[in-house]
Order: sequence, then structure tokens, then C-alpha cells
Amino acid sequence: MKRARILLNGELTKVTVNDNLDAVLADGTVIAQADADWQPPCDGKIFVLAINYADHAAELSFKAPDEPLVFLKAPNTLLGHNKNTYRPDNVDYMHYECELVAIIGKTAKNVSRENAMDYIGGYTVGNDYAIRDYLENYYRPNLRVKSRDTCTPVGPYIVDANDVADPHNLTLRTYINGELKQEGSTKDLVFNIPYLVEYLSNIMTLEPGDMIFTGTPEGLADVKPGDEIVTEVEGVGRLVNHIISESDYLKTLG
Amino acid sequence: MRHSRILKDGVATELAIDPNQKQDMTSQQWLPATTGTVFGIALNDKELCASMEQAFNEKPHVNPPKTPVLHIKTANTHIGYGAAIPAPADGTTIYAGPSLGIVIGKQATRVSEENAMDYVAGYTIVNEVSLAEGSFYRPAVKAKCRDGFCPIGPWVVNKEDISDPEKLGINTFINDELVHSTSTDQLVHGLAKIVSYLSSFMTLQEGDLIIAGTPLRTEKLALKAGDTVAIEIDSIGRLENSVVIESNINEAELG
Repeated sequence: MKRARILLNGELTKVTVNDNLDAVLADGTVIAQADADWQPPCDGKIFVLAINYADHAAELSFKAPDEPLVFLKAPNTLLGHNKNTYRPDNVDYMHYECELVAIIGKTAKNVSRENAMDYIGGYTVGNDYAIRDYLENYYRPNLRVKSRDTCTPVGPYIVDANDVADPHNLTLRTYINGELKQEGSTKDLVFNIPYLVEYLSNIMTLEPGDMIFTGTPEGLADVKPGDEIVTEVEGVGRLVNHIISESDYLKTLG
Repeated sequence: MRHSRILKDGVATELAIDPNQKQDMTSQQWLPATTGTVFGIALNDKELCASMEQAFNEKPHVNPPKTPVLHIKTANTHIGYGAAIPAPADGTTIYAGPSLGIVIGKQATRVSEENAMDYVAGYTIVNEVSLAEGSFYRPAVKAKCRDGFCPIGPWVVNKEDISDPEKLGINTFINDELVHSTSTDQLVHGLAKIVSYLSSFMTLQEGDLIIAGTPLRTEKLALKAGDTVAIEIDSIGRLENSVVIESNINEAELG
């Protein structure tokens, strides 16, 4: 089963998603994928892993960390499928990060690695944009780099955990305007999903809807206004996003 | 007016309280006074920054912060007046973090410093509990996001009822002994600047809360199981919580 949320007549509405990837309302009405106003598929805490692929660590000239390097985002940053993300004027480097997102399915505290997968409800795709110009060495990566309005597309939908045979063997790909730019596999995660659930649930209580963005492999590139960015995770989904300029974004604020 | 949230017949309920009426604090089950996202401003206290002056210019920081340093207190950390703060069962020391809380009153995107206070509904008291702040280099999820590490309340006071929010005394008591005194005049970045800065890249929503700044966490602010910690802020009130060993809470819940 695939579950999503769309904005329908101003209301956040739960839908299922059919094999054509169209939205299906509870009464069976079908809304074509291109016509649906896709919203982030869930609400919850937003955890993101930095440097959780060894190849990406090398790309950033970092040694992979000894324990998960987790940072948080606020809900302002989330954006649904097929939406616009703005690139601030006068920045040198804004890049995408294609990520498998594991979603907590039931309340979890002090869960062991052995039992951790029982607490995963499903998976979705995340694009964890970063603006490297704003990096500072305080709580790095800081919120100005990572928790910006429009900067975290997620979705289009959640795939039930039961429908993903092996979440640790999925290919991730990012395309800019149709050209393949990033490719990796979740088999190369430094800290895998059970490890992360154990680690986080030892610190705090996790709740249904909490999202764990598991990190991105190597292959980052700059994005510019006008670009179409597609991040996809094999067997999970394909998340489309468009880059617009800051001035075009300001016009939408009214 | 004071605006609280209480648990009434198992349902979260808003309660407006006239400040001239004496309130029996034991008569209610108090919930966190706000429901939105909670942002904290780290390194926003003059004494704390002075203590870091050398470290700011050394690795891993290399340079002093150019912008306010932000963190997030996740929903699992939020608790109300009178609720217990869980201390780690392994005995790791935890520290109180007395601070003024700025409560957002309406959606704020890219607001100027001049207009920022129009977007503030009022103020509350926050105890931004933390493990030792040994490092400011990496996000402090482990130190700051444990369950119950952010008492908020007991109420939000309308901003109109506070004449100068940047001149409020803040006193911290542990087991009724005054252990720490500071004031909102010790903030490095003022309230309008904080609200404006956050809104420059994050849309703030009604009910969001900003923890203005916590002091240097010396041993005076250390808490242990069995303690009662209370933070008083002029013109707002008193936020009081007990400290218990975390495993005891879990067992009680499993009960």
C-alpha cells in the first residue's frame, strides 16, 4: 500500500496511491498525479544523517563518524512532491541530497537493533537540499543550511514497510533535467536503519510519523533556477522538484 | 492575561487565568504552555560567550559565530509545570537552562527587526535542560533532546502585560535555594533580532516558541534525581519541576 496526503479544497486529505501513481480518495475518486497538490506524507520529528555513506564522507573530506551524526530539521522546511524550492540569490553552491527516509510506525523507546525493524512503518524519498555557503562550525550543519523554507522535498507517498523487501539494498539516483548525476545504494549505509532506531530510541521516545533521513551517497552537484531535480529510490518512489529563483519565490509570498 | 493548557478529563484544554487571582498550582495538571516548534538560541548569553572567546577562534570552530546559533527541542522534550524531568539512569549530570521563552502570535516570514515584535504573542518560562554543553560543534541532539528536557510554562503572558522584556530578572532555585540569578539584559542578540533572523529563512507559526538564551552551565545549575528545580522570571511567574531517574518513570508507565 502507498499512502499520501494532498491538499484538496484547502483541506489536508489522506489518500492512497494507485499503480499509475495517481491519488485515490476514500470514496474511490481518482485525482491524476499531475493534478494532485501533494503534501509531505506525514508529520513528526525530522532526523537527518550527515556523512552516512563512506563514499560521501570521502567526497566531503571527512572520515566517516564513530557514531551517527544526526541533526534535526523543523517542519517549516518540508515540501511535497512536484513543488518549487528556491535558491537564494548570490550563493555559490546549493546541492540536492537524495535519501531513503525511514518512517516510524509505532512508539519506540530503548528498542534493540534486533527488534528495530518492527518499529518502521514505511519508507519514502527525501531530498535534503543544502546551501553550503551558510555553513558555520556551530551545531554544524546549522539550520540556515538545512532547515530553510522549501528546502526539504519529501514524498510523494509512504510505501508500507512490508512492501519493501530489503531496504538495505536499494539504488538511489538523482537526475538534473533528466541527466543522471548521483547514484548509490543503501547497502553502503555506514549506520543502517536498525542501528539508527536503536541509537535514537536510546536517547528519546520516537513516535509514529517521525522521519529518519538516512543520508546521501556521493555525487553532489549545484542546482540552478529552472532545473528539474528528480530524486528516486528504487522500489520506493520518484520525487520531483523544481528550482526557482529567490525573486520568483518572493512573488509567491504576496 | 495568562494562557495555560491543562489536562481536563483527559483532554488538553486552554485555560485563561486572571493574574490578579491567586492560582492554586496543585489543582491542575499543567501541560506545556505552547504546542508549536521549539527553537533554542545557543551561545546567546554574554558570560557564556566571554567564556568561549578563545575556543571560538580555535579548531573546530576556527571563527566566532557569524549568525545566532540555533537548535531544536523536539516534541518529546516538552513537559508542563509540575511534570518530572527524567535524569539518565547512568547518573550522567544534567543541567537546568533557565530562559525567557518568546511565543509567536502569527505566521512570520521574513519579518524585519523593526516589525518583529508585532509577531510575538507573549512570553513564558522555559527550562532548557541539557547534558553538559561540552561542544557546540555538532548538533546537540544527544544532550538536548532527551524526553522531558524542556519544561514550558506554566502559562504564556500577553506581551502587553510586560513593559520591558529585555529587563526581566531570572532566578533559579534548586530545592528552594537560590542558585543562579541572571536577567534578559544579558542576551547577546535581542528579542527582535532573534525573531527577525529566524523568520529570514524559516516561516514561524502561531504557537512556535523561541528559547531566548541560556546561561553558562556551571555546577550551580546541576540537577540530580530527587531535586526540585524552579525558575522564576519577573512579571511571568514560576516554573517548577521535580527530577527523577528515567527508568523509574518508564516502570511507572508500564505499571
